[in-house]
Amino acid sequence: MDGQLQFIQLEVMVVALGLLVLLADLFLSESARRSLGYIAAGSLGLVFLLSFRGGYTDLSEGEAFGGIYRLDGLALFFKRFFLLTAIFVLVFAVDFASRLRSGVSEYLAFILFALSGMMFASSANDFSLLFVAIELITVTFYILVSFQRHRMQSLEAGVKYLILGAVSSAFLVYGIALVFGEAGSLKFDAIRDAHAGLLGSKVFLFGMLFVFAGLAFKISAFPFQVWAPDVYQGAPTPTTTFLAVGSKAAGFVLLIRLFGSVVPELTAQWGGMLMVVAALTILYGNLCALPQRNLKRLLAYSGVANAGYMLMGIVVQSDEGTAAILYYLAGYLFMLVAAFMIINLLTRDGEGEDISCLAGLGKRSPFLALTLTLAVVSLAGIPPLAGFFGKFLLVKAIAVKAFGDAGYFALLAVAVFGVVVSIYYYFGIIRTIYWSKDTTDNSPVAVAWPTRVALGLCVAAILYLGILPNKPINWTNAAAKIETK
Amino acid sequence: MDWLLIIVLLPLFAAAAVGFMPGSQRRMIRGITLGTSGLLLLCALIAFCTFKVGSGLQFETKFVWVESLGLHFHLAADGINIGIILMGAIISFAAACCADDITHRVKEFHVLLNLMIGGILGTFASMDLFFFYFFHELALVPTFIMIGVWGRGANRNYATYKITLYLSLGALLALIGLIGVYVQTGAVSFSIPDLIATVQESPIDESSQQWIFPLLMFGFGILVSLWPFHTWAPLGYGAAPTATAMLHAGVLKKFGLYGIIRVAIPMAPVGAQSWLGVLAWLALANLLFCGLVAVRQKDLNLLIGNSSVAHMGFIFLGIASLNVIGLTGAVLVMIAHGLLAALAFGLSGHLYRQTGSLDMRRMGGLLRQMPLAGSALLMVLLAGCGLPGFANFAGEVTIFFGAWAAGLKVVTVIAAWSALVIGGLYMMRAIRNILHGPRGDDWAKASDVSPLIATALGLLLAALLVFGFAPWLLTEGIKGEVTKSVLLPKPSGVAGQIQTTEVAGR
Repeated sequence: MDGQLQFIQLEVMVVALGLLVLLADLFLSESARRSLGYIAAGSLGLVFLLSFRGGYTDLSEGEAFGGIYRLDGLALFFKRFFLLTAIFVLVFAVDFASRLRSGVSEYLAFILFALSGMMFASSANDFSLLFVAIELITVTFYILVSFQRHRMQSLEAGVKYLILGAVSSAFLVYGIALVFGEAGSLKFDAIRDAHAGLLGSKVFLFGMLFVFAGLAFKISAFPFQVWAPDVYQGAPTPTTTFLAVGSKAAGFVLLIRLFGSVVPELTAQWGGMLMVVAALTILYGNLCALPQRNLKRLLAYSGVANAGYMLMGIVVQSDEGTAAILYYLAGYLFMLVAAFMIINLLTRDGEGEDISCLAGLGKRSPFLALTLTLAVVSLAGIPPLAGFFGKFLLVKAIAVKAFGDAGYFALLAVAVFGVVVSIYYYFGIIRTIYWSKDTTDNSPVAVAWPTRVALGLCVAAILYLGILPNKPINWTNAAAKIETK
Repeated sequence: MDWLLIIVLLPLFAAAAVGFMPGSQRRMIRGITLGTSGLLLLCALIAFCTFKVGSGLQFETKFVWVESLGLHFHLAADGINIGIILMGAIISFAAACCADDITHRVKEFHVLLNLMIGGILGTFASMDLFFFYFFHELALVPTFIMIGVWGRGANRNYATYKITLYLSLGALLALIGLIGVYVQTGAVSFSIPDLIATVQESPIDESSQQWIFPLLMFGFGILVSLWPFHTWAPLGYGAAPTATAMLHAGVLKKFGLYGIIRVAIPMAPVGAQSWLGVLAWLALANLLFCGLVAVRQKDLNLLIGNSSVAHMGFIFLGIASLNVIGLTGAVLVMIAHGLLAALAFGLSGHLYRQTGSLDMRRMGGLLRQMPLAGSALLMVLLAGCGLPGFANFAGEVTIFFGAWAAGLKVVTVIAAWSALVIGGLYMMRAIRNILHGPRGDDWAKASDVSPLIATALGLLLAALLVFGFAPWLLTEGIKGEVTKSVLLPKPSGVAGQIQTTEVAGR
């Protein structure tokens, strides 16, 4: 058993850290609790470094707990990704703490618990662990979304997320039950062996369709995207960030593992359906983002569109496509964190989230203006930034198949249309930052130094991933190769 | 010496240097931009003069950028791009001279200007598809911002959006085409020479070529204002600050044409064969439609913008003829038109500063009022309708020979007539309205160009005349390279080869 616990050492550390935060809350004074977030972020940084330790990485390609937990390149990549996301979100949460009014430490602890769920999800090699991990993430997010109990919007968002989340969980568990009924096992390895023979079975197909629906909810793919704008807008901004980056990535790691390596022949059979889903997701997200004036809502719709782009990487069913998703997500993390942090600095609870709050930012704070511009330009996919390289890799992965298959070509056309539409609304943000004249407020914006450091890191990462992609590509390529037994 | 590396890096360093300076040091900032672009011009001249025609790639810089994808940072010059780089350097210097009409946020403007210059020169110096595209975007994004922030006129916002969306769409289509080329050749390198070598071994299969070529043709075509995707151009140039319009209309826009000649035709010759007929008719539409639109313009900038779009028709026609003469002429007109467009927008920028309006109905008698600018404008307008002696004439006539030889006889006849008659019509009217007749009331206080701008414009005119009288300075090199790409795969190109009597030369 000792040997097995080694596999989940990072998750154990994260959960222990969460419990410690809860305990520390009892002993610390009100003012000292603020720094608790920084301490937690620092500790996560340590965990992040520990994930590179030889003793841990040597366990790679190993399985534990009777094969339900798998540690491989993909899982490692995503564990580090989630840890980084959580570090940024914790720093962000400290900035936000004064608006929570109560239970700051609980807020931090719940972020850590959700994080552990995501880390388990990246290693799930069995439907039971998949379901438990997803539930761990979703249930903690019900609380995180409605954490500002004094705000109607936050509560409303929480209720919406609860109801739709419950429906998606129902889909998921029902689908799992059907798959179990046909395949006779919850283990991915067993299903991998059995699925080719089950492609004719309607029960199995329905089961997998329901599982897909449950995961599509996580990544906010069409037609399971309706919750995203309302929840993103109403939730406390650090929660929104975590939801947009962490929860979405958790959905993707499961999709990659399940549809990329466990049931590849089913994915091939469903190629047309997945293409349509990806195309509609891109179209819906981009077109709905066009008229948005609320920044969080705009980013929510753009998040839907980005989920569509990344789905294209699953549709092509190649290591290249998977690597492109990973690269895209890595860039996406830094862009969204930077954008949400800056929006948070400029707005007050649910008020003034209108795009006009950015007016005159170029003069109020050149640093924030430049950072937000870089993030937005990168989201629009313009070189030499991270977003461009992610899109470049995705397009390249699709182009391999597009010549000779008109379906892929149509998908590319939709993606190009989506990108052009998105340039229009992203450009509107930049326009407001630099040359909007209707400013009411010219006061400089105060930024705490940890936030400043975090934003600086985001800028550095966006530039690094865009300009010097040599090393990161090697990492994503290595992580994208899913070895199967 | 790695002249190209110096040429590409100089403006980028200048952008960084200006970026770290305090915004109040305006003279210093202008000095840096002028100094580096002057140095740049010098380097480009040396490179052009020491370039040896017919001895392959020169001034090479090459190192690996992303190993797993086969991306290289690869700069090199051959017969085609050495002339374009020289033109780009001349226009960059001229644009830097004309940039003193910017009075607010000078620092930011000069950062973007230097970035744009670096991007432009990098685009044409790159021999790697990825960096070819990358540098183009690096130059394009500053263009949008410069038009948005420092642009002029009531239509500025609309024009900014329009140019941004059109050019982004074009660039994306071209990107997909370029990736298609890479994927379909099966090469593990984005390097253009490597890709061409691979295609010579085993051509891309024909059904894929039928997809790749139109993607590249229309993607690049949108970037060069191919009819009917041209409407962004007059509007965008009308709203752009002087230096931006000079650089974009002069050099950056040629990216698309260069891309078709350098990538699309050699990589997808079969696709080219079946699509170039379409291109020839679209080129004719450029010439006729946009020429007629230009006739009715009352604003000088819109006239120049539309006539510039019309001139793109010549180049497309040269490309569509797909033989050595036509393609050589196309590259020659690219260079000539670049110099001409930069001159025209530089002059219109000067005029705009005088009264804040370019309404030709209110102008008149400016030749007396401003002899230097007036005579320069006279020469520009005459060169625009193809007066012999200017490089435009040499190029356009070569294109007609090429198109005729390629069997595009109907198109050629209509193009020659429309170009001569329509072009002459609007240019002569502009000369009458602006330069002759009684002086417009608003123009009493107008002054002539400053010595700095006069130098810049003089340089552009000199280049135009030198290449007009001695086109072989350019055509010798161009011909050698173009022959390779035309003869690469198709026997039908041989017809063009036989007729390579030195039309454009002496």
